[in-house]
Amino acid sequence: EVFLPEEPRPAAPVDFLQELPSYQSALRRRAAAGGTQERRAAPQGSAGLRAAEARGPEQEGGELAARPAREYPLTIAEKRRLRDCQQADIKYISGWKQWKRTSSKSLKKVLSEVRELFSYLELWRRDIHSIEGKFGTGIQSYFSFLRFLVLLNFIIFILMFSFVTLPSIISEYGIFNSSFAKISPKNIEPHCTVYKPSGNMGLVYFYTYLKDLLSGTGFLEVTSLFYGYYTIDAACLSILRYNLPLAYLLATFAYLALSLLWIIKRSVEGFKQNLVHDEDQFQSYCNKVFAGWDFCITDPHAARLKHRSLQYELQTDLEEERLKRKIADRTMKEKLRIYSLRIFINIIVIAVLSGCFYSIYRATVFSQENSNVSIGHDDVGNTNFQANLLVQYLPSIVITLANFIAPQIFSFLIRFEDYSPAFEIRLTLMRCVFVRLANIGVLLFSLWSQISYCATDECKACGYNYELYPCWESEVGQEMYKLMIFDFIIILAGTLFVDFPRKLLVTHCSCKPVQWCGLQEFGISDNVLEIIYGQTICWIGTFFSPLLPAIATIKYFFIFYIKKISLIHTCKPAARPIRASSSNFFFLVVLLIGLVLAFIPLGISIAHIPSSKACGPFRSFNTSWAVVPDTVLGFPTGLQQVLHGIASEAFAVPFFMVICLIMFYFIALAGAHKRVVEQLREQLVMVRFDPLFCTPKV
Amino acid sequence: AYKRFSELLPKEERENACSVRVPKSQILTLPELRANPFQHRICRVFSTSDSGDDSMSFEDFLDMLSVFSDSATSDIKSHYAFRIFDFDDDGTLDRKDLEKLVNCLTGQGKESRLSNAEMEQLIRNILEESDIDKDGTINLSEFQHVVSRSPDFTRYGGLQR
Repeated sequence: EVFLPEEPRPAAPVDFLQELPSYQSALRRRAAAGGTQERRAAPQGSAGLRAAEARGPEQEGGELAARPAREYPLTIAEKRRLRDCQQADIKYISGWKQWKRTSSKSLKKVLSEVRELFSYLELWRRDIHSIEGKFGTGIQSYFSFLRFLVLLNFIIFILMFSFVTLPSIISEYGIFNSSFAKISPKNIEPHCTVYKPSGNMGLVYFYTYLKDLLSGTGFLEVTSLFYGYYTIDAACLSILRYNLPLAYLLATFAYLALSLLWIIKRSVEGFKQNLVHDEDQFQSYCNKVFAGWDFCITDPHAARLKHRSLQYELQTDLEEERLKRKIADRTMKEKLRIYSLRIFINIIVIAVLSGCFYSIYRATVFSQENSNVSIGHDDVGNTNFQANLLVQYLPSIVITLANFIAPQIFSFLIRFEDYSPAFEIRLTLMRCVFVRLANIGVLLFSLWSQISYCATDECKACGYNYELYPCWESEVGQEMYKLMIFDFIIILAGTLFVDFPRKLLVTHCSCKPVQWCGLQEFGISDNVLEIIYGQTICWIGTFFSPLLPAIATIKYFFIFYIKKISLIHTCKPAARPIRASSSNFFFLVVLLIGLVLAFIPLGISIAHIPSSKACGPFRSFNTSWAVVPDTVLGFPTGLQQVLHGIASEAFAVPFFMVICLIMFYFIALAGAHKRVVEQLREQLVMVRFDPLFCTPKV
Repeated sequence: AYKRFSELLPKEERENACSVRVPKSQILTLPELRANPFQHRICRVFSTSDSGDDSMSFEDFLDMLSVFSDSATSDIKSHYAFRIFDFDDDGTLDRKDLEKLVNCLTGQGKESRLSNAEMEQLIRNILEESDIDKDGTINLSEFQHVVSRSPDFTRYGGLQR
């Protein structure tokens, strides 16, 4: 009401009054008379309807795209009148504009119907909708995140399969008259190239099959699951030559880039609001009060829970504000005490972390030494089977234990550090994330130290320990495969042997301690960290085992149903729900951290560690990366010079400086926008006292 | 939607469903409205009945469903949300409206209400965040502005099909 006088007022005669915002806006309005006023007049209900009718015949020069009647907040009767009036004034416009208007309307209709059709094809749409209705949007965001990971893994699998596995299989079996070229590597010591995987050795005991299936050795090692299968240099289809090593490397870069772009695209949608406004968007009171009630709730029981959770949230926020004020009033002595306590606790945290890392290192070393020793003992008998499997899975077991124990310790310790509750939660989560992702890094590091440990001269000639690891990429692939299988087994076992018995116990046993324990709540952050851990393993492992994304897709597919069943039958809704908007952003940030952390081991493997000479597509190269410079040398000289120029310092440094300048420009622009918003706010306050603008409120 | 509306009517009147008005008590038996703390306001806002008894015709029912569906723009949703939250129908959200709103959200029982001090603090924070012209009330433009920045609004504003 304050903004829209119907006619522009006459200009103020006195000089200083020209500074008033009202005069400025009156000037602007006179300049822009026509077009945009129809839009602003519309949302005012029936008054707007009359205004729209009055302006209808003047639309010729104005905007062509009138809003469809659906977008006006009027009752149906009034919308009918509006639509009739819109139809009526179509006659005032020329034939061409008429056709344009009707065709754009029908196009919009068609587009919205197509979009609706696509939404029916979404995977698990109904399941997620029902979960949202019963348990709230925080838990629903976990399941949509899971669905996103299933799709991501499926796309990665399609990528690797079509560019790497399919050509290999086609050329190996000679389909379509294809053949493959195996170039024996030159300048390599012959002892480096000896690789005899123990494939299918005829009649063996059944448990050997099981052991091979669970640990990726034996018959599984020679399949296309692992790196060692792709020991061809080129696939030839009549005259076309398909450079497999280059394709392998580029497919790896492609899936990493694809994951990065997709995650960034998803997280930008949640982040856009933050850049221009400086309030803490996700915690704001208005968001909780105006958008707090979930209109999807149909069950009175769920409604009661929602009331309670809203009450709890509002009370915690108010409490936190009071706490912040108290913290600001702390004396010097208290601050000193608290900071020294925090430093001490952080030292304990670091000690716990080092303990975890060291135990993982020792477990990996032990497992590698003992599983290699027992290679020759296939015929010993049943008794060694379990022990052997245990040794193989030792690193996975230790990592899972560390992932379970460390968060408990962290949540115990953080109570002493006296942070505000929201910060406590965030800090504990960050520490847990770090533990989980760093554990994988430590495992890989200990593997590498085993692989590159070289005592003899012959070994140094190969660059890696050729006796124990003739095909070390397959070994790493096997470790990742074991981690993934074990992760899945743990999730399954956790649901079967912990959740369901707990539910049975709580329903049938009425003794005090059991009832006090109660049903478990669905811990969103723990579950999310679990699946992000699995996804990081998949990203790292896909280079060494190209079919791993398929296993990951199937694994997450089953996890969806397992978690859904466990949620519906054994969990009670959380008393303190996490907000969906902040959770989505948090999940994607942690996933991004996992991806970036996955770049590091892959980068080191590809560029630094010599590739194995006995197997794989990179036999004839020093490192896996070396295939790229090699291919570049095969290009015409002009192109080569351009590429060399791009990679040289003379190009990189100015490029980097230009990027920095562009970034500073955007930061300055955002700052300027913020200042403009502030100024507009102040103007709005002033407008209230502006005599020219004070229309009496109707 | 027509089927659901006609189910609300007693058997005799189902033939004439297009022109009959359904009394408020029947509307409140709908599953979506049953558990909703704003049920009375919703009926009041969408009802075009002249007698003020909040009964809804089929057209009012359609209005309500279309506003709550996923395909309604956030402009429309925020416009109607403003009207629903405006308990005294004066066109602005003042302190009393906000107090009633918060009490609706936290539940009906005595122990689920916020204390007076907490309510004061909360309302002060809300006004600080959303009242741009500092007049102590929130009008439609301020409401739409603050809601457009609110990430949960579009998510929560839809009814299940």
